[in-house]
Amino acid sequence: MLRINNLKVSIVGKPIIKGLSLEVEEGEVHAIMGPNGSGKSTLAAVIAGRDKFDVDEGEVDYMGESIFDMSPELRAREGIFLGFQYPVEIPGVSISNFLRTAINEKRKHLGLDPLTGAEFLKLMEEKKRMVDIQSKLTNRSVNEGFSGGEKKKNEIFQMAMLEPRLAILDETDSGLDIDALKVVANGVNSLRSKNNATIVITHYQRLLDYIIPDFVHVLYDGRIIKSGGRGLALELEEKGYEWVKKETGEATGA
Amino acid sequence: MADNNKILKEFTGSDYKYGFYTDIEMDQAPRGLSEDTIRFISAKKKEPEFMLAFRLEAFRHWKTLKEPQWAHVQFPPIDYQELIYYSAPRKKPKYESMNEVDPELLETFEKLGIPLSEQKQLAGVAVDAVMDSVSVGSTFKETLARQGIIFCSFSEAVHKHPELIKKYMGSVVPHTDNFFAALNSAVFSDGSFAFIPRGVRCPLELSTYFRINAANTGQFERTLIVAEEDSYVSYMEGCTAPIRDENQLHAAIVEIIAHKNAEVKYSTVQNWWPGDKSGKGGVYNFVTKRGVCEGDHSKISWTQVETGSAITWKYPSLVLKGDHTTGEFYSVAVTNNMQQADTGTKMIHLGKNSRSTIISKGISAGRSNNSYRGLVKTTRKAENARNFSQCDSLLLGDQCGAHTFPYVEVGNQSSIVEHEATTSKISEDQLFYCLQRGIDMEGAIGLIVNGYAKEVLSKLPMEFAVEAQKLLSVSLEGSVG
Repeated sequence: MLRINNLKVSIVGKPIIKGLSLEVEEGEVHAIMGPNGSGKSTLAAVIAGRDKFDVDEGEVDYMGESIFDMSPELRAREGIFLGFQYPVEIPGVSISNFLRTAINEKRKHLGLDPLTGAEFLKLMEEKKRMVDIQSKLTNRSVNEGFSGGEKKKNEIFQMAMLEPRLAILDETDSGLDIDALKVVANGVNSLRSKNNATIVITHYQRLLDYIIPDFVHVLYDGRIIKSGGRGLALELEEKGYEWVKKETGEATGA
Repeated sequence: MADNNKILKEFTGSDYKYGFYTDIEMDQAPRGLSEDTIRFISAKKKEPEFMLAFRLEAFRHWKTLKEPQWAHVQFPPIDYQELIYYSAPRKKPKYESMNEVDPELLETFEKLGIPLSEQKQLAGVAVDAVMDSVSVGSTFKETLARQGIIFCSFSEAVHKHPELIKKYMGSVVPHTDNFFAALNSAVFSDGSFAFIPRGVRCPLELSTYFRINAANTGQFERTLIVAEEDSYVSYMEGCTAPIRDENQLHAAIVEIIAHKNAEVKYSTVQNWWPGDKSGKGGVYNFVTKRGVCEGDHSKISWTQVETGSAITWKYPSLVLKGDHTTGEFYSVAVTNNMQQADTGTKMIHLGKNSRSTIISKGISAGRSNNSYRGLVKTTRKAENARNFSQCDSLLLGDQCGAHTFPYVEVGNQSSIVEHEATTSKISEDQLFYCLQRGIDMEGAIGLIVNGYAKEVLSKLPMEFAVEAQKLLSVSLEGSVG
């Protein structure tokens, strides 16, 4: 589904991602872990199409097509969803209006008729139950005055509504208490299927107690320096990033 | 400067570059302004003597005035002797078919979702007899007449209801009020008159759309709305469709009188041609709108969405004369490209326990300038007067300007006057958030701007609100990205 090959990305001349390769297939959950400043969020932003980064080298293919030939909105309509680390406020725009616009744009792109008001409301009720979100939230303006936890839950709710093929969750767990964390994890788990894939970007292992990944990658200084199964996350939690650094340093003979 | 003058001439003269104007039966006054012109206008309209006297008095006063210079707008000097002050409404359509209409205009109509029959009427295409709104108009009039409501053109009112016109015309905006008010009083072409008798709640939204020929009332329009005791009316003026008028200078007057316990809700959408992207052409909209809450417990509210005109100079104001009166002003003003808007309101509190609310939302894009100018005044007798003002500015891009000129004059210790103001920008993060959900740039700006203006748009009558939402998006097309 997603193939990243030797990706190099910089911002105003400063390299951030320095040759990253990754393959994600349908049905998989990948966790990308790494210390602050390792390039995790940049990777997510580049896949989603944020234009403030320069892609210097490498390829990113999504469903067999180069992602760089697609506008951000087209990527979204083709099923890429980014759960933002810092969701922005859009005053005066209700979540339901926002999502209805988004869903109908996607449906138009797929050659489907827009959802009627009734159909949309029904879908919203169904998804609200799925991700256990408070009913009132959808009448409020997008993220306006939301607590940190509400913002993150709202991201998961949007994900549920938009049914992405590839979801990238950028530090969705940061700043969440354990209850909110469970809500987020439950949401992700109940949306998990063999047709879609999820990339979970996180700083802590904690989230991975609830969202069980198939693969764990350690991102450090713009490169994936180690990949493994779920066990890697636990080992990382125990021994810290310094351990991987040392180990991979030895392995590559640097 | 010389160029601009030439343009002004092109617009006001007989050679309109869009060719709307050629070979059409025209019944117009000679160029320039003099007592003769005014006599000509009055005679053409077969007006009673009192109207001519009113016009001449206004004209004599106007001659003593100078064009106001205090607004935060710039334009080349207007040669008032170069203008034509009267041309009879067209009898023939401008075009025989839609194929002759500027495709860009049609595209905008399409985006605004205006029905084809209406598009034709707005563009000035011959309308089929079946589609003609005469039948709609007459059923509408019958419904109103049964309740004693008068809703007709100003000229018709002058002939049929001279006593009402004599009583109320100029009672809120006297010809001595300002330069443009004096000019309008001297030469006004036509307009609307609405009268709601005592105790009647007008069952329909009074919309000038229903009045035949409303689009052709010319550059000096005059509206008079009178609500007698215990009456209610919601009145809508204007049009969301872009109007390419050949008259560059528009100086309208709107007067509203609300008697005891009466309520008047006035809504308008203004989308006159703003000129091209470089700022050439476009309408100068210099309007005087004022209402007076004459009786106790009366209420008047202004809701305006201003997206058009090259220059807007407009301060719908209220005099809260009665006790326990309420005044409201809700405004969204959008400027893009080279547009300039200096708009706001005046709330003059004379009555006890009078209240006013001002919500102004300015949106500037391109290289435009958008100013809010407002006065809140409480007089010595206005005990417990209360005002709340909120003036927000939204900037798109970094070449536009937003300015706020709030004036407050408090003459009473018991007054409570609050003023809040914010300036914000559409952030790249907001735009990207929308893009990432599959909404394109235009859609994103539309959503964000409409969200920003929601408080005001929600005050518009339903049918207007939907059009106004689309209009905001269309007006800001191409302003970001």
